[in-house]
Formats: sequence, structure tokens, C-alpha cells
Amino acid sequence: MCGPQIKISEANYLKIKEICASFNNEPGELINILHKTQEHFGYLPEEVQQVVADCLGIPVGKVYGVVSFYSFFTMKPKGKYAISVCLGTACYVKGAEKILDALKSELKISEGGVTEDGKFSLDVLRCVGACGLAPVMTINGKTYGRLVPEHIKEILAEYAD
Amino acid sequence: MAVKMHILVCGGTGCSASQSHEIVDELNKELVAHDLTDFAKVVVTGCFGFCEKGPIVKIIPDNTFYTRVRPSDAKEIIEEHIIKGRKVQRLLYVAPDTNQSVSDSKHMEFYKKQLRIALRNCGFIDPENIEEAIARDGYAALGKCLTEMTPEQVVAEIKKSGLRGRGGAGFPTGLKWEIAAKSRPGEQKYVVCNADEGDPGAFMDRSLLEGDPHSILEAMAICGYCIGADKGLIYIRAEYPLAIHRLQVAIKQAREYGLLGEDILGSGFNFDIELRYGAGAFVCGEETALIHSMEGKRGEPTFKPPFPAQSGYLGKPTNVNNVETYANIPVIINKGADWFASIGTEKSKGTKVFALAGKINNVGLIEVPMGITLREIIYEIGGGIKGGKKFKAVQTGGPSGGCLTEKHLDTPIDYDSLVAAGSMMGSGGMIVMDEDDCMVAIAKFYLGFTVDESCGKCTPCRVGNRRLLEILTKITDGKGTMEDLEALKNLSAVIKDTALCGLGQTSPNPVLSTISNFWDEYVEHVVDKKCRAGQCKALKKYYIDPAKCKGCTACARACPVSAISGTVKNPHVINQLDCIKCGTCVEKCKFGAISIQ
Repeated sequence: MCGPQIKISEANYLKIKEICASFNNEPGELINILHKTQEHFGYLPEEVQQVVADCLGIPVGKVYGVVSFYSFFTMKPKGKYAISVCLGTACYVKGAEKILDALKSELKISEGGVTEDGKFSLDVLRCVGACGLAPVMTINGKTYGRLVPEHIKEILAEYAD
Repeated sequence: MAVKMHILVCGGTGCSASQSHEIVDELNKELVAHDLTDFAKVVVTGCFGFCEKGPIVKIIPDNTFYTRVRPSDAKEIIEEHIIKGRKVQRLLYVAPDTNQSVSDSKHMEFYKKQLRIALRNCGFIDPENIEEAIARDGYAALGKCLTEMTPEQVVAEIKKSGLRGRGGAGFPTGLKWEIAAKSRPGEQKYVVCNADEGDPGAFMDRSLLEGDPHSILEAMAICGYCIGADKGLIYIRAEYPLAIHRLQVAIKQAREYGLLGEDILGSGFNFDIELRYGAGAFVCGEETALIHSMEGKRGEPTFKPPFPAQSGYLGKPTNVNNVETYANIPVIINKGADWFASIGTEKSKGTKVFALAGKINNVGLIEVPMGITLREIIYEIGGGIKGGKKFKAVQTGGPSGGCLTEKHLDTPIDYDSLVAAGSMMGSGGMIVMDEDDCMVAIAKFYLGFTVDESCGKCTPCRVGNRRLLEILTKITDGKGTMEDLEALKNLSAVIKDTALCGLGQTSPNPVLSTISNFWDEYVEHVVDKKCRAGQCKALKKYYIDPAKCKGCTACARACPVSAISGTVKNPHVINQLDCIKCGTCVEKCKFGAISIQ
């Protein structure tokens, strides 16, 4: 099953097997399995996808096809604090791009990037459904609303541990 | 002593993000401290709709509506209002037109013109307590269907009500159920709820599921009874953790009460519901793509026919409806099809929920009868444009819809009038734009979205939309020509005619509707190289007023590309060819001499 090219630890290998087994190794549950797996690892590197494919008895290309199709899945690790800026229409017309620009220049990374120390990652998403608070961003799921670019420094300072 | 007062606190996503949970904790603490737990009770509800002024706290029975409440206000609310019966004046809503505070929510302009059918329980009940749902007629319609009506009678009632799908296209719901009921009788069938609300700027489904999950479960069971299905699936966005949690709680409670599971209400009818999670793909709102995604595959649409009613989930007959469509079902059964059909316009019955957002005073969730005008929505319910600016357009239908302008303000809104005006109902996003919004940039924004979200299966959508985006970018960069405008129109027509699914076929709508309604703005960008809203950076021109410039050299020293020339104490000049429009000079000028043209 587990080919020699796979470089993940025995414990992680068993964890993936356990997740797949909890869904009866059913290929129809692939998306639910990937959700659980990403919850555990934080991202879905190639090696992890290979193990999932083996467990479900499907080609790894099929797993990769699903991972790359959906924006919720990522093959790159996120920062310790994952920042997502909403670029839904309501936020866009209320200046979300300026918030994104402020974050980019403050963190010195671009969209999809991670700071060198691995602390922050920056992504955009489409609508968290809190349009009344537009423009909004989330940091590890916590929502910050009614933002102006001047807030950014202050908010990032909350994470200065 | 029975509980006499209820303190309702909004626990929707918007208000939760503004610490409404801390307000709940503080209120409870104060109730305990004053030994009032038998007299008043704090209830966490779903969305009140008035997100603009959140977090909202409402006191029942007197309907007092407190806005922008902070955790530190809890003490005053308890000590003044609950104990002494005096309303906390500073937290009351102030009507912008009269500047008077309004204590009873019934008298707020925001609610006056609304008619809440789908949202009937949102903001009234604790969504995590099935008994509160039952107290407001929850599962009564299911009971009536199972004990007094045949499946055919239920379908006939839904058909008679004139209910049309609330997800966007407006297909008659009763007809859809009838087709699914007649398809391959006796086989395993499925009832699916489409809760993959991908339209950016729309939050109707999220609020419904967070505020009243039981009505969706009940309606799905009724649908299962009609079409002969014993299994329901809700496909919900993984980005909606609160809605997922509330659904999980609701399903568990409904099973415990025997309202889901085997032999429901002793009728011999079995029905159970499972959740399936989306993973962030807009195209999965399309029903064939959604079904593929539920099967664990890439969410690519397939050609119809076969329709899901013939061959859907796992190749079995499947009925797919949107969340809001289901929310209307129990009311139709309880109050009758004739009552429902008496609301709305000739071909669009009932109400529609809209997520009102953008440059408007009252951002929030509203439900209005079909046939209401945009003017009533924007100026009465919405309280007009923010900052007293001039209304420019309202975008409906999201990336598949179009923009409506001033000339459409008095058009009655229904499925057909919106299509005639070049837009569409869509799922109900309604984004208001003012004079500061550039319509070319808005079209570009939507195309950017479509290009990101195109699944790539068919060429018109995958390649065609990318070309459209490139042309739009060229125009906003000030490099467009009149030929480009023709190319936009032609290419849009081809994509509309040839794309495989609803996403592709409607993707040029934002371009076409802005071209037809704001042709002048396109021409200005192309011919005059000017953006009247000042949004297109490349078309901005910074200009130093020689009369105001004192020649202090601050701007010239700050300019990162040395595009400003001039000598001390003499007016400076910006070399337009070198200027990168960064705006640094404006910030540095102490005399307000630099302006944008």
C-alpha cells in the first residue's frame, strides 16, 4: 500500500488511514475525508493525497483533481494566524481592496503568501456573509468588521506573542 | 413565577462577530445578580435582519429594539428596563429622517414594508431549541401532510400556490416535485437542499439556516413524502460553521422528537437527513455540479437532460431546491395555497428575501412581497444612500445578474421584470452603488470572480471569460479602443449562446448590463481616458494648482519616481508620463494644492 516515495511519519500515516476508515474508505466520501484530513494537518501535501488515494483505492490524480478544484483545500501550509480578507461584492464596494493592500504592505507578502517566520498567511475569500460589517476580514475564524486601513496595524499587534 | 420578559439577543454571524455572545453572558450574569432568572430570560436567536445596527437586543413583550449594544450595556438594560421599566434611551434606534428615537420595532421604517414568510421565525425563536420552533407551528405542516393529505394533494397545493424556485432561475416548485414524483416510481430517491450560497454579497440562506433550521428540515420531509424519498441531503458551504452547527443540533433534536427517522408521527413514513459539505466552488450552486460534488467528485456541471429528477445523486431521481424555497413550504401547507397566491404579482407569488448591502444606510436582510419597487426597498426600507450621495445602480443576481439604474427604480420587482430589465432575481443579493463606484470596474470585478470560479470544462466560459476580463482590464488601464467595446459585446453574445451551464451562460450579464445602462462611462474610459468615479487608478491624473502651490518642494522630495519638477518658492509641475499615481504627493502637500482629476 504505502509506497517508498512517501515521506510522512508512521503516526501521520496511521491518522490518515483512521480518517479514511471512519468513512468506510468510501470514494464518494472523498470531500468529507479531505475536510477532516486538512483539519488535522492544516494543509494537504502530495504525500497525504497519495495515502488517501491508496486507502480509497482510487488514482492519486483523482484526489489531486478534487483538491485543486475546490478553493477550500490548500496544498501549502498556512501561517500560525491565517488571515482571510473578504472580497465579496459588499466588501468590495466598501473598500476591501484597500484593506488587502494595507495587509500586504504591513506583512510584506502577497495573496496566498506566508510571512518568513510562518506567523501570518494572507488569503482572500468570497463572502463570509457578514455584509452588514463590510469590509471584513477573519483571523483564524475570528471576524473583524467595519475596517479601515488604519486599523490593520493595531489588529496585527493583538497577535504579537 | 412564570418568565414574563424575554431578552432576545441576535446570534447571527454578523452580530456574533460583534461580540453578541459576551452580551448574552453579561445579561445572564446581571439576571443572576438581581435574582431575576424566574422573571426574565435571555434567548439567543437568529438574525433580526437589521445587521447595520448590530448587535441587536430586543425585549419582548414591549418590542423594544436596542441597537449597537455593547457587553457593558447589559447592566443598564437589566437595572433600568427590566427592573424599573424605563427604556434605555441612548440605545434606541434613531430614525434618520426625523431624528427621533423609535422604541417599538413595529414602527421602524426598516420593518414597516416587510412581509416575513420565509423569515417568520428568524429573530423570534432560539434556533437550538426545537420546542420554540414547535410553539410557532413547527412541524404542524408535516403532520397535516402525513395524516390528512395524499402526496398528490400536497403537490397540487404547492403547484396552486405558484411558488417558484428562490435559488435564481424561478422554476415552478410544484412542477419540479411532480416530475420527481412521477420519475421511476418505487426506486430509491433523494431530496436535496442547496445551501451552497456562493453569490458574493448574499447571506439569505445562511441567516435562514442559522435562525430557523427546523422549517428547512420539515419542508424536506414534506418533499420526501411527495416524491417518495426517504433520504435528504443538505449541501452546505464549509465556510458557514454556525449554520452547520445549528443544523446538526436541529437534526439531532428532530430525531429525538420522532420528527425525523422511522415511522414519523406513526404514519409509516421514514425520512432522515444528512449534511454534505461544500469546499468553496461557486459552480456547485448549479444542480448537476452540486450533485457531482456530493458524490465526492470535482463539481463540474453536466449537460441537461437528463435532469436530476430523472438521474441525479448516485444516478437516482433527485429533487434539488434552494433553502429559501423550502422555507416557504410549511407556511403554504398551513395557511393554504390561495393565501400564498394572493401575495405578489401575476407570475411571481409570495415574497423574496434580499440581502441588502453596499452603499446603503440600512444594510441587512429583508423580506418583501413580490411586486415592490426598488425605490421602496432602497429609500424606505434601506433608508437611502449612505452619506447622502447620489444613487447610481443596484446590482441584483450576483455574478450572473446585472445592474439596474435610476430608470428602473419604479419597476415592480419580480422574476420576469428583472429579466426584462437585463438582470435577474438570482438568489437575492442586492448591492447598492453610488456615484463613487465605477461601473466598468464593477463589471471587471464580477468577471474576475467568474474567471476564478469557472470550472474549466467548456471553452466559452474558460477562455471566453478570460478574454472579456483582459479587455476590461485594458479599458480600466486607459488603453481601450472603441473596437474593444464592440469586441466585448460580440464575445459576450457568443459566451451566452454556447456555454455549457448556467454559470457560463450568465457570466457576461454584468458586462452587457453595464454596457447598456452606462455606455457613456465606457466611452469616457476609452475616448477621454477618464474615470468619473475616480476608481480606475491608471486614469487618475494628479494636478498641482499653481495658485495654491507655495513651492515648498515637499512633494518633489517625496515623489518616489521624481516626477515632480520645480524650484523653491515657485509652483511645481507633475510630469504625467512619469507619474505612477501613488498619491504620496497629496499626503505631503500642506496647502491642499494637489488634486485628482
